[in-house]
Amino acid sequence: MSTVETELPEPASKIELPAHLGGGGEIPTFDVTLKVRRYDPEFSEESKWEEFTMTMYGTDRVLDALHKVKWEQDGSLSFRRSCAHGVCGSDAMRINGRNRLACKTLLKDLDTSKPITVEPIKGLPVEKDLIVDMEPFFQSFREVMPFLVNRGHEPSKERLQSAEDRERFDDTTKCILCAACTSSCPVFWTDGQYFGPAAIVNAHRFIFDSRDDAGDMRLEILNDKEGVWRCRTTFNCSEACPRGIQVTQAIAEVKQAILSRQI
Amino acid sequence: MSTESIAAPRSNSAQSPKYKRSKGNNSSFEMAAWLFMRLSGVVLIVLIFGHLFVNLMLGDGIHAVDFGFVAGKWASPFWQIWDLVMLWLAILHGTNGVRTIINDYAERSGTRMTLKTVLYVASGVIVVLGTLVIFTFDPCPPGAVIDLPSFCPVP
Repeated sequence: MSTVETELPEPASKIELPAHLGGGGEIPTFDVTLKVRRYDPEFSEESKWEEFTMTMYGTDRVLDALHKVKWEQDGSLSFRRSCAHGVCGSDAMRINGRNRLACKTLLKDLDTSKPITVEPIKGLPVEKDLIVDMEPFFQSFREVMPFLVNRGHEPSKERLQSAEDRERFDDTTKCILCAACTSSCPVFWTDGQYFGPAAIVNAHRFIFDSRDDAGDMRLEILNDKEGVWRCRTTFNCSEACPRGIQVTQAIAEVKQAILSRQI
Repeated sequence: MSTESIAAPRSNSAQSPKYKRSKGNNSSFEMAAWLFMRLSGVVLIVLIFGHLFVNLMLGDGIHAVDFGFVAGKWASPFWQIWDLVMLWLAILHGTNGVRTIINDYAERSGTRMTLKTVLYVASGVIVVLGTLVIFTFDPCPPGAVIDLPSFCPVP
């Protein structure tokens, strides 16, 4: 009963690379400097820039760099993040002057020769470091009634819809409420009373839904002094949207719907 | 670590802007203003380029423009109406544009009110004055003797 007892260890790779090709998956590393706008009202009413330098990998995102700072250099750094994969919409921030999700921005895509500036999104009250008070944003969102209103009989099964009808508002279903669009809007920056792109996008999602019956009410709400007519089509929102929603187009479609309803 | 002087953030304190949107007043004024900007813009393109072409290109072009040229144009009701429409649309278009800029950039409601009042008074004066000139213009006022254009009847 003697078989070969010595088990060969599993080879590192099933594909043997010739030596002259070098080691396959070597990830490049580089030094980056994060310039973070810090604010802590418990210590000072002033906010200040603070720089952190660290070595990061080519596969790392800005969120990884923030984690490295928080876990290894300064535990008091505060920022929101939940899923860390671009779906929950928690970590919208102003990176190098543009609103982006920290978890979707690769460090290698930024200019790492200069410090990377990280600030809270603009136009909403800062609570600490990169955390802002999202309440005004969600208040506008709630005001447009972002839920299905159907006056018909309650169906015993799901409400069916044709593929074409679903396609009509497909783009605006992608919103993750990260506030990157609303906080990039110069009209919102001035007094924060404008409904903002995100609320209009979420109204659009139901206004153009064939199963919904409250489109007229939503159009009436957005015909307000602070509604769609304050949009100046600067396209900041479309550029800022991490989901690639054509926000300005959605706002234009709502404008058109209000016009054609009135005339 | 480096520090520099930067503006304090909008903290959640007393002076931070509170969400205070007034409940809908059910007026479609903003929609009408938005629509007016687009429509008047299209009409103004025709009116202004027509005006420039007739004054500067036709005939002797710019060399023909003088007091007599303007007097001759305003003798015709066609050009009176043309210039009147151009005046009203241009001033209202401009006023509405500046109004939206004030709304966008003035942060305090007092500043906003003051600027808008100045704007409306200025536009009102220009519109009234311009309309008055177009309709009451008389190149040969009775009683005047000197500096009359050559086409006026000699008294």
